[in-house]
Amino acid sequence: MGELMSVQGIRAAYAVGERKILAVDDVSLTLRKGEVLGLAGESGCGKSTLATVLALAARPPLYVKSGKMLLEGKPIDLTLQHQLPRELRGQVISVLPQGAMNSLNPTARVRDLAYDVLRAHQPGIKRPEAYDRTRERLEQLGLPARVLESYPHQLSGGMKQRVVAVISTLLNPKILIADEPTSALDVSSQKSVVNLLNKLLDTGVISSIVFIAHDLPLLREIADRIAIMYAGKTAEVGTNKDIIDAPKHPYTQALIGSILVPEPYVRQRRIEGIEGSPPDLRSPPSGCRFHPRCKHAMPKCAQTEPPEFGTPERFAACWLLEETVKS
Amino acid sequence: MTQSPSVQSVGTALLEVSHLTRNFGSGKNAISAVKDVSFSLQPGEIVAVVGESGSGKSTLARLVLRLLAPSSGSIGFLGGDANALSTADYWRDVQAVFQDPYASFNQFYTVQRILGNALALSKERLSGAERERRMRDGLVAVGLKAEEILGKWPHQLSGGQRQRVMMARALMLQPKLLVADEPTSALDASLRVSVLNLLSDLRKRYGMSILFITHDIGQAYYLCDRMLVMYQGELVEQGTVEEVVRGAKHPYTQRLLADVPKLH
Repeated sequence: MGELMSVQGIRAAYAVGERKILAVDDVSLTLRKGEVLGLAGESGCGKSTLATVLALAARPPLYVKSGKMLLEGKPIDLTLQHQLPRELRGQVISVLPQGAMNSLNPTARVRDLAYDVLRAHQPGIKRPEAYDRTRERLEQLGLPARVLESYPHQLSGGMKQRVVAVISTLLNPKILIADEPTSALDVSSQKSVVNLLNKLLDTGVISSIVFIAHDLPLLREIADRIAIMYAGKTAEVGTNKDIIDAPKHPYTQALIGSILVPEPYVRQRRIEGIEGSPPDLRSPPSGCRFHPRCKHAMPKCAQTEPPEFGTPERFAACWLLEETVKS
Repeated sequence: MTQSPSVQSVGTALLEVSHLTRNFGSGKNAISAVKDVSFSLQPGEIVAVVGESGSGKSTLARLVLRLLAPSSGSIGFLGGDANALSTADYWRDVQAVFQDPYASFNQFYTVQRILGNALALSKERLSGAERERRMRDGLVAVGLKAEEILGKWPHQLSGGQRQRVMMARALMLQPKLLVADEPTSALDASLRVSVLNLLSDLRKRYGMSILFITHDIGQAYYLCDRMLVMYQGELVEQGTVEEVVRGAKHPYTQRLLADVPKLH
């Protein structure tokens, strides 16, 4: 699989008065053609901020301090997000937001939103043409065309999220940034959204997905590779199998340990969550940011930040791995 | 997790819901959000109500809490009719925790005032010192430090802290039944486990019964003794969690289980 997009050294901060809160601190990732890259972590780990930066949609008070993107070989300076050509957004990179209910105008029919989206990129398009294109797309993806005539309140939560997914990919973007699209849905609706996203990939409407979630079992089903974020940094990166079956970072291990699935071992013992809470990014801990909550913390962890041990494809930023790498 | 041994003991049911129905709308638009639902809850038992969005779980919770009046059917509480009690009396024994603690708190009140107002429901006349002690005990029971929390406003607390304050509020009244409507849905996985463990500990310590409403079978499986499955307003299956998860009989339950993402 070829490389579709790669980003290097993204640092993004929220400026609140005099204070600056670094929400994403030196993150580098690659996204290949045809893959789903999962991005996981607890609330406040910076995954949504990273999604905003990747979607080229950072607006004050969020500022990109540094970071470069290679998009199909073309370099893009992420610090100049507001100066980037508009065509990139929606046509090359598009966003599927978390709350579909908030993305739909309650007083407008779905077809009006579809028309608005198409008109913004193709001025002069006629309503019937916009409707026809949307109807065709809905039918291609196996969704009922009648939703075009519906108002948002007439659709279920899962259907709303699927409709927003269809509209946000009407312009055949290469990359879809899906920011927790299923977090507010029950399992059955989740599955329908995941099936739709897979269909969008299979039919070639979109090429790759960055899928943000805090739900690891869900990522195991949809993602090819997973990046785990903690306090603005990537703690671990690997294939879906690496992360779920052989996690190396204690944080990843703890996250996986706290998952409740209806499998027998879950009921046989008391599962412990992760002690403490994620750090306040206004004053992050020294050294490894996870050390105050880590069971394996050593004196070194509080002093020096661990480098990424491994390859850019499979690494974990933890001092425990230093020995294994040396030997 | 271990099941409490006293669960299956036969005695007076704490809660006896029989043929409960609630309709919304009228004429052509009438729908039954809860249709002829019957079940009982023993003292000290944790029972899950699972089902997809719109299956009637929350309506059932609101009926049990008497926040909604049923269209037909009855709710028995401790052998009597729940409706014979005033709501103030009923709520002394039946308390609730909701999904979004932010929406349940008056954001202009400090935690101290929120908890103080809840104590006003108590029948006893409490002295200032006694009220203070109850608040502290409630907060300690949910793993919060009173001195750090009492003076704060809801927006100064994290999601997990807000959820715990809401539980502390319910616990101060030492209810016999806690209705928890998706209390962990807005929380991270790691925090979710701590809240579920807390509920389990509270059952062990106070013998409190819990009606746990969730769409997450994994959570229900971890915490609960029995599971009720709702689909389109009807109770389609009930049994111990093992029976339901390992040997689901109703096609809807089987589909629901198939939709749950697996880890291995």
